[in-house]
Amino acid sequence: MIYWEIFWAFFIANLLGYGGGPATIPLIQIEVVNNNGWMTLSEFGDVLAIANALPGPIATKMAGFIGYELGGVLGAAVALTATILPSALAVIVLFKFVNLFKDSPKVKLMTKSVQPIIAVLLAVMAYQFFMSAFEKSGMLHLVLLTAVGYLTLIKFKVHPSLVIFGALFYGGIFLS
Amino acid sequence: MKPYLELAVGFARTGVTGYGGGPSTIPLIEFEAVKKYKWMTEEEFGETLALANTLPGPIATKMAAYIGYKVKGSLGATVAILTHILPSIIAMIALLGVLYSFRQSTIVSGMVQGVTPVIGFMLAEMAYRFYQKGSQGLGVPKNLMLAAVSLIFVQFLEWHPGILIGLVLSTAFYIAHRKEQANKKAAEEYMPVREKSS
Repeated sequence: MIYWEIFWAFFIANLLGYGGGPATIPLIQIEVVNNNGWMTLSEFGDVLAIANALPGPIATKMAGFIGYELGGVLGAAVALTATILPSALAVIVLFKFVNLFKDSPKVKLMTKSVQPIIAVLLAVMAYQFFMSAFEKSGMLHLVLLTAVGYLTLIKFKVHPSLVIFGALFYGGIFLS
Repeated sequence: MKPYLELAVGFARTGVTGYGGGPSTIPLIEFEAVKKYKWMTEEEFGETLALANTLPGPIATKMAAYIGYKVKGSLGATVAILTHILPSIIAMIALLGVLYSFRQSTIVSGMVQGVTPVIGFMLAEMAYRFYQKGSQGLGVPKNLMLAAVSLIFVQFLEWHPGILIGLVLSTAFYIAHRKEQANKKAAEEYMPVREKSS
């Protein structure tokens, strides 16, 4: 039952992702690429690239597209439900007890402790993308594009979608 | 009808103008919710954000759910979430559909190669930001240790990160619980002394 598998994959990834949508990206990758084999890492990279080039929350874009690829509109609906519904319901229900949770040292320590794990998961993913770029297009392009990425995104604060489209354009001309 | 329309417009606008995922849309949502449509006060928005941050999962949809619910119940929540997420999902399916239909073309494969290092860099930068947040919250040595342990378990021993996150979450819960108990005990021991002396 593919729909159940889709639900479970996105439910787990979002349940474990503390720190908003971006924290769930490596967890989605583990479910989609490693555990279920629905996509290769490079296909997942394409999806992530387009998701980063478009506005709006990242986790729902990933869920919507991957769900759609696997099971059409219903697949997308299932993936989105698993992504959004549990935490949306929780925030509405728990708001009645807001004062119990807001300053809870337990919740604070839990949130803090997850940050380094998410950092490592993202770093591992970054490493995989760099390795795949190195294998496919060589050291020169890898270093060049990474350096341009750093300069445009961090130094000159260029809009991320422009950087992504610029990289797509560069690749279309020089790497084809 | 008007409240639904306002919810739809407010959340659609924030959904298509916020770049960099949910967390970056928070200031935009605050503008719509507090300044423009006055669905809630600034303090209330801050409380909602604090609670939403304590729960896992995407942040923008949690905010949309609560604000929509507050304005117009379950239907309001549904309207807010869907108008926030649907435009970008439809754009995503359309764009990737076009890209995939030219999958065989060498130009498209070149484009994918071109974007791979940039995505790698974006992820590395995000990793750095999460690491910094961890350092601020836990202190440098604890953060470094946890990061090293995660790297070993996830990358070399190939554990599912879910197990590791679950373990760390429950350990953090236990440590904070112990600290609270110790503080309470200390407070209780302190009180009778004061009573005697008075």
